[in-house]
Amino acid sequence: MKTAPFDYVRADSVADALAALGSADDARVLAGGQSLLPVMALRLATPELLVDISRCPELRTYRREDGVLTVGAAVPVRTLELDPAVGGAHPLLVRTLRLVAHPEIRARGTLCGSLAHADPAAELPALLLATDGEVEVAGPDGPRRVAAADLFTGPFGTALGEGELVVSARLPLPAPAARWAVDEVSRRPGDFALAGVVCGLELDGAGRCSSARVVLFGVAGTPVRAAGAEQLLLGERVTGAVLDAAAAAAFDGVEVVGDEVHASADYRRRAGRALVRRALAAVAEDRS
Amino acid sequence: MTRDPVRVTLRVNGRPETGWAEPRTTLADFLRQELGLTGTHVGCEQGVCGACTVVLDGAAVRSCLVFAVQADGCAVETVEGLAGEGAPGREAVHPLQTAFREASAVQCGFCTPGFLMTALVALRERDDWDRAALRERLGGNLCRCTGYQTVVDAVLAAAPEVRALEGEGGRR
Repeated sequence: MKTAPFDYVRADSVADALAALGSADDARVLAGGQSLLPVMALRLATPELLVDISRCPELRTYRREDGVLTVGAAVPVRTLELDPAVGGAHPLLVRTLRLVAHPEIRARGTLCGSLAHADPAAELPALLLATDGEVEVAGPDGPRRVAAADLFTGPFGTALGEGELVVSARLPLPAPAARWAVDEVSRRPGDFALAGVVCGLELDGAGRCSSARVVLFGVAGTPVRAAGAEQLLLGERVTGAVLDAAAAAAFDGVEVVGDEVHASADYRRRAGRALVRRALAAVAEDRS
Repeated sequence: MTRDPVRVTLRVNGRPETGWAEPRTTLADFLRQELGLTGTHVGCEQGVCGACTVVLDGAAVRSCLVFAVQADGCAVETVEGLAGEGAPGREAVHPLQTAFREASAVQCGFCTPGFLMTALVALRERDDWDRAALRERLGGNLCRCTGYQTVVDAVLAAAPEVRALEGEGGRR
């Protein structure tokens, strides 16, 4: 279907964009458009105004500084994926990006756009949560930072307020001692995940787990920490039995959402446990 | 701010083209309806099928997921630019098109322009594709006829000639 008509403004700066966003009751930010256009084509969204930030020079940059990769809101993820410097600094990011849709989508789609869209089956919100990232937000009440743990409030829901704009995402670079894996179950490469996991472990000198992070996606209304699994890993040697127990507990307290089209809640839970087991083993054996 | 048609200028297959587009007009519809370049096919209109794939500033993209106004000032390559007289170093048919014909990678032909443009970019990216990696690289394009085997055959077969052609400055 064609989208409903809308007004269009191309913003040349963040200040421009904020002014435009404040000028209409139902304005939406357009960056890569790879989530927004399908939603508009399905007429699930019929915004009055689109504010195009894709050519804002200040949003088209990314930089590594003090152990954090900061990515502007107009940077297509394919640019990050193909930059050897990004791959060297944050290999987990590049591995995650390769699971996102297809190269043709990644050529336009942005990291910040995926975070603001907050699809519960998307990989990048889970990565942000797993690595304690945050977004920098500009808005009518000034700039602020929102941590991943506070950002995702529900399916396609975020803590962003009226007239606010994500200007960048801040991704802490993984600690050298940490090992990470990302994996998902999908019908075909490029499809949304039916269940996915981002997990990371740090082991101390004695081989015991000093830090554990397990984040599930595609299984609930938002990406979610598998606290049950994390607790069983902490302080333990990562033996097969420990990994079995952690995977079995990964869905404790997680409200799994299924649907009749793609996969039931039961399928997602069972596939998810197997996936967590596999990903943790890859991390523990450092073959992620 | 406007929802009235605005002027959009593109460089399409090396030639400057200008037309008018409402903000909601996609690049796919602009190419087809305003510029008369109907080789780009519109399938799902929601970014799923890949039939509308074109090359925008060097990257393969879904032209149904780009508004024409967003592409203003950009360079676009469409299936019409693959072959024809006037294209330096080009025969009437591009080697990819020849390979598709010879491998029977075309049945109804609806998906073919999208596959050709994705394949063109894939072969620019690297020339050492193995079958499995190429299948995944082409995975964003749907074909409901061929079963894909012959499409992959065709792209692999065309690779050396396409690389040679691109190396001669065939890219525009």
